[in-house]
Amino acid sequence: MSRNDDQHKNSLAIEARGLVKRFDDTLAVDGVDISVPQGAIYGILGPNGAGKTTTLRMLLGIIDPDEGLRRVFGHDRPHEIAKWIGYLPEERGLYPAMKCDEAIAFMGALRGLSLDEGRKRGRELLEGHGMGHAIDRQIRQLSKGMAQTVQLLGTLVHRPKLVVLDEPFSGLDAINQGKLEVMIRDLAKQGTTVIFSTHVIHHAERLCNDVAIIAGGRVPYAGSVDAARDRIPAQVRLETQRAKGDWRSALPADARHDAKEGGGHFWYFPIPESGIEALLKRLIDGEAGILSLSIERAGLHDAFVEIAGAAAARQLEAEATT
Amino acid sequence: MSGEHQASRLSFFEAAWVVARRDFRAILFSRAFFFFLLGPLFPLVVGGLAGGIGGQVQREAIVNSIALAMADTDNEALLAARQTARETVDGLPELVVIESSVRDAPDFSPETVLRTSDYAVVVTGTPEEPELTGTQLQIDRWDGPVSLLSAMTTGATPTSYPEVTENVLATTASAAKSNRIRTAQAGQLLLFLLMMLLAGMVLSNLVEEKANKVIEVLAAAIPMDSVFFGKLFAMLGVSFVGIAVWGLFGAGIGALAGEAMPTLAEPALGWPVFILLGIAYFAMGYLILGSLFLTIGGMATTVREVQTLSMPVTMAQLLVFFLAAYSMTSPGSPLELTAAIFPLSSPFAMLARAAQSAELWPHVLALAWQALCVAIFVKAGATLFRRRVMKSGKGGRGVKGRVGSTAPADPA
Repeated sequence: MSRNDDQHKNSLAIEARGLVKRFDDTLAVDGVDISVPQGAIYGILGPNGAGKTTTLRMLLGIIDPDEGLRRVFGHDRPHEIAKWIGYLPEERGLYPAMKCDEAIAFMGALRGLSLDEGRKRGRELLEGHGMGHAIDRQIRQLSKGMAQTVQLLGTLVHRPKLVVLDEPFSGLDAINQGKLEVMIRDLAKQGTTVIFSTHVIHHAERLCNDVAIIAGGRVPYAGSVDAARDRIPAQVRLETQRAKGDWRSALPADARHDAKEGGGHFWYFPIPESGIEALLKRLIDGEAGILSLSIERAGLHDAFVEIAGAAAARQLEAEATT
Repeated sequence: MSGEHQASRLSFFEAAWVVARRDFRAILFSRAFFFFLLGPLFPLVVGGLAGGIGGQVQREAIVNSIALAMADTDNEALLAARQTARETVDGLPELVVIESSVRDAPDFSPETVLRTSDYAVVVTGTPEEPELTGTQLQIDRWDGPVSLLSAMTTGATPTSYPEVTENVLATTASAAKSNRIRTAQAGQLLLFLLMMLLAGMVLSNLVEEKANKVIEVLAAAIPMDSVFFGKLFAMLGVSFVGIAVWGLFGAGIGALAGEAMPTLAEPALGWPVFILLGIAYFAMGYLILGSLFLTIGGMATTVREVQTLSMPVTMAQLLVFFLAAYSMTSPGSPLELTAAIFPLSSPFAMLARAAQSAELWPHVLALAWQALCVAIFVKAGATLFRRRVMKSGKGGRGVKGRVGSTAPADPA
């Protein structure tokens, strides 16, 4: 192994190679490879049942893989470095009778923080997140969103180097989703590595440097969001007044056409080899009646469709709207 | 393991302590603990129900052998009479002939025989004038059968029965054994009731944990073995608080009742050691049963599932309790040894031994064996839990269907 390889591995918060997990006769995860750089915001994107939670559980040592290797900060056994990790499971859970600060302190204690220090930090965190009034309230007296915030604060109270969040946005309203996005960005600014799973593409697109797209227990793509989007060429979006004319020969034969209500027309096609200026000239000369023209870069959604397939994308969309 | 690793996680016992501390406080200030304190009321009910088997054990303890110390011909005549009578009469005693070498020794006396052996009574004299030596209870029990058998030595259908002369003793080895069996019975029953109460509480505690969905938070932070250990020891701590409360209450009642309180015979090992062993066997028995119940609670997803899964264990526990209770009358027999070795019945059987036998080393061995069983059960339970429960998202609802199979694509 070269020195560069060593340096690369040392800079990884998580490294997984060929992770496989079977449950009875079901292959839940089939050879997952993931590399999460330290300090990154990393998304695991896929529909329900794709293997996201199982992958995260293997990475955290809650379950062991049947095959493959996983390393968290270079350690094969994640429990050995439990103090460095914070984990918010998909199924949120707190003791209903506990007060908020006690609940946060207990979660800190599980990761090695003293109860006194945990309570102190818990109060600070609650006050810092606008929940100072709830410090002495029992969890059972909180709304679902507030309880979820308490659990998230409990995940962070011991100041972990790696935060793993399983579907952190689910169950939150738009305002709390926005707050959570801010919190995740702040963590990354402080040097904390954040890895989260989601089936909502927009969250991954807005937050992540890197993503792993997971479907059917496999990871067909793992890399930067930009690289995923660049897999699909940018396309021209043209809006014209007219649908016919000599200028049409300037457009590719397979350009997609959508008629707009009220008479306008949209055209979508790759950037022509002759360039945009030549295209514009012919459109103007041909009196196409240009209303707008833009060059659109593919989104992560398009990349997901390209990588994971239309069926997975449709499921993802359906889940995101429910 | 490097120092960096040590600093980066809680040790096994630290992790168990975090869980135990939380559970202990939560249970102590819960309604469940109040009901736990009411637990001693149940022995009154269950004790009545268990009276049947207790009575059987008691009868087993009393129906033992009668020693014949008459002349050889008289002994043989009585044995022959018993052989004839057994075809028509139930409940005849076993007759054991004291060897003539013993009988003819200068220091022989029925009292000596009863001090050193488990005979109910000793028969001396002749069939015409039989003499019974023993406690009043045993003489009252056996004078009829002895009179019958003595009369039958003259013919199968006697018309007159000889008068039995009574030589009443204050106590005998048999009586002492019988009293110790009562002590053993009381100890076993108390042990059983405490363990069932506690194991049920452990079970509901874990079910509650699953309902609260906290279990994954615990499993991600610390090993499941620590979670199980912490939960078991928290409940054990709660039980000691309960026992202390009951002990104080019982002592108060005892002080008020004075002589009116029924007393139990002193165990063979003496009260202090017996009580210490009782606490140790209670702890071990509870830890064994609790670890089994924890495993069940860990694997079940609903209260109904818990009830279904725990029923066989509860029934099995009742059976092993009855096994241990029944086998206590025959120390050293294969049945009693089986009960002493089988993990679920071992604490009961060994507590009975502590009441009846003065040997200490079997208890050291048994406690070590039971501790090993606890460790194995907890490890196995934790492993099963990790393998079978954490299968999918949304906490243990089973493996989800495979969706969104990928279209083949080149990785970037």
